[in-house]
Amino acid sequence: MSVTELEFDAHLAEEGQASGGPVQGRTQWQLTWRRLRSDRVSMIALAVIVIMVLLAIFAPAIAGLTHHAVDTAYPVNGENEDGNPVGPGVNGFLLGTDSTGRDLLVRVLYGARISLFVGVVTTLIATVLGVAVGLIAGYFGGIIDTVLARFTDAVLAFPYIVLALALAVVFGPSLTIILVMITFFSWAGIARIVRGQTLSIKEKEYVEAARSLGAGPFRIMFFDILPNLLAPVLVIGTLYIPNAVVFESTLSYLGLGVQPPTPSWGNMLSDAQNFYQVAWWYLVFPAAALLITTLAFNLLGDGIRDAMDPRTEKLIAARRMRRRQTRRSANKGNKQAPSGLAVGGAATADTGTKG
Amino acid sequence: MATANDTDGDVLVRVENAVKYFPVKAGGFLRHTVGQVHAVDDVSLVIERGKTLGLVGETGSGKSTLARCVAGLIPVTSGKVYLNGTEITQLSRRAMRPLRREVQMIFQDPYSSLNPRRRVGAIIGDPFAIHKTATGAERKRMVQELMERVGLNPEHFNRFPAEFSGGQRQRIGVARALALRPKLIICDEPVSALDVSIQAQVLNLLSDLQAEYGLSYLFIAHDLEVVRHVSDKVAVMYLGRIGEAAPADSLYSQPRHPYTVALLSAAPAADPDAAAARQRIILTGDVPSPIDPPAGCRFHPRCPKAQEICGRVEPPLVTHDDLDVPKAGPPAGWQSADAAGPGVPGIPGGEAHVTACHFPVVSGETLASARTAAIAAEREPA
Repeated sequence: MSVTELEFDAHLAEEGQASGGPVQGRTQWQLTWRRLRSDRVSMIALAVIVIMVLLAIFAPAIAGLTHHAVDTAYPVNGENEDGNPVGPGVNGFLLGTDSTGRDLLVRVLYGARISLFVGVVTTLIATVLGVAVGLIAGYFGGIIDTVLARFTDAVLAFPYIVLALALAVVFGPSLTIILVMITFFSWAGIARIVRGQTLSIKEKEYVEAARSLGAGPFRIMFFDILPNLLAPVLVIGTLYIPNAVVFESTLSYLGLGVQPPTPSWGNMLSDAQNFYQVAWWYLVFPAAALLITTLAFNLLGDGIRDAMDPRTEKLIAARRMRRRQTRRSANKGNKQAPSGLAVGGAATADTGTKG
Repeated sequence: MATANDTDGDVLVRVENAVKYFPVKAGGFLRHTVGQVHAVDDVSLVIERGKTLGLVGETGSGKSTLARCVAGLIPVTSGKVYLNGTEITQLSRRAMRPLRREVQMIFQDPYSSLNPRRRVGAIIGDPFAIHKTATGAERKRMVQELMERVGLNPEHFNRFPAEFSGGQRQRIGVARALALRPKLIICDEPVSALDVSIQAQVLNLLSDLQAEYGLSYLFIAHDLEVVRHVSDKVAVMYLGRIGEAAPADSLYSQPRHPYTVALLSAAPAADPDAAAARQRIILTGDVPSPIDPPAGCRFHPRCPKAQEICGRVEPPLVTHDDLDVPKAGPPAGWQSADAAGPGVPGIPGGEAHVTACHFPVVSGETLASARTAAIAAEREPA
């Protein structure tokens, strides 16, 4: 703890923020961000996510640059003489074309819009729902808890593909059905974790203090318990986004989700499996987009979880110490004899300062 | 509430035969009650206006449970609690709300009694927010006044609890308890988690506040010296019952209950000569389970003076003033009606020195030797 805090203070002092004015508390979020920043994997994952989001937002603009519309087939340039898709880089199609000669790049980018939209929206709704149910069940206990907790368990036990099939058959596949389906199967996990946390937090003395002041149950839930839940909820939320993305792709792949010609990574993969022998790119690029996105969210979620954990402080301090030692020994090595080991050490030290 | 001052004289809080049992549930599919934890068992006491009642006892003796019953935080199983002459045990949460302003608590652990995610200004401002007494700039001004009053830098209202030391955190807790100008503050081991040097500061702050605002305290501790320092009256609890209660001077100079004597002998003495001179009574065995407390006197399985009757008949809380002539003169208020004669029942927290024991300790009696002799007799049966 102390090592990092000292460094943080020094860092602040350098930037001239520590002097003057009433002392501002260093929030948990600042500490978390500080720890997260020193974690290279998380920062790369974050960068990937930001790029992915930007690409999705500016998909129409990028499509404009390629002069290719998303749902338009280009039979002349987009297909070869056999009527098969053309490969990456051919005739101005950066990622090649799909089975009907449409620009794969544009379609993957438009697919990102659907995937990220579904992932973020369902996770937000599911988080709000899950936190509300978990808080109420955990705080009130008794019969309310029994009913809500059993319902949560029932939802978690449900075979979601079966229900998805049934719903898609009854209502017909649509984006709304996807959103409802994914939300319905996501809140329960969050509710269960929030309930567990609430059960332990409500026994804390500060909750008792609030009760002795005359605070009502909802005030206690919002002002005393919820702030302590934000950290775990943020972690679960980050980890639920990739789940939702994969869920959407699964539904679309099965033909229950986003319907062609609207592009989605799932329905593109579904179509691509008929063409992978003649057009590997058709399968690889949507799959890679799906993989990179979910991996980035998962890695970021793990990174946030570690950064929220105060015990990580020690690991980071140890990492710093190691880097400093490597640097020191590297400097010494350079002076005495420039051996291969020393060069390696210097390289580590360089990357260390950058991180 | 309007009649409060007329109904109960000098008594602010009156507890009558309070009982608190916690059900013990068996696990499994159908949860059923298999027993009761007798946390507080038939306890009566009074807290006088502007005075401090110290409550002493070891862990698990029911001190904190009793305190929470008085604060209205947990319902009593049976019995009555009166605040200012109003019975609070049967009130709904809504009806209880105005009374909450009268009773506040200071908690033992300054690390878990303050929400780590909220700024100090918000924590101390909570009472104003909940009771809608002040908002915005006025609330901030009142919070800063409180912080100054308890010895904190008012500039620090924007900090988080983690940035304060244990003593400072306890001051935050005091400020929060003080915000609504209560009549009674229940201090649940307020200094036992603090360094000794800090303990004195917080205790002095509490007594300053008592003098300034005419507060009453129910002061719970297991440190006898701390209780002696702050209390006007002291009650000793053992396994959910009060074993002995008296004005502080009387209890410390003339403990009557063997348990009190043992407790006093266990307190560390600062003076090495006194420490060497004192007779240490080492109790054998553990505190019995409160699920199945011993019959008769609850202390009898561990008592060096126990006789056959102790395991059978529960001794009542009565005075034993005729046992020997007090070494010092009688303390002020000794001639109260309760203490008129020997064997008169009295309510803990009053002026009487009451003890629940069949064979109360006479001054000059040495329990340690009695115990040693008993042990020796056990080892070498004649």
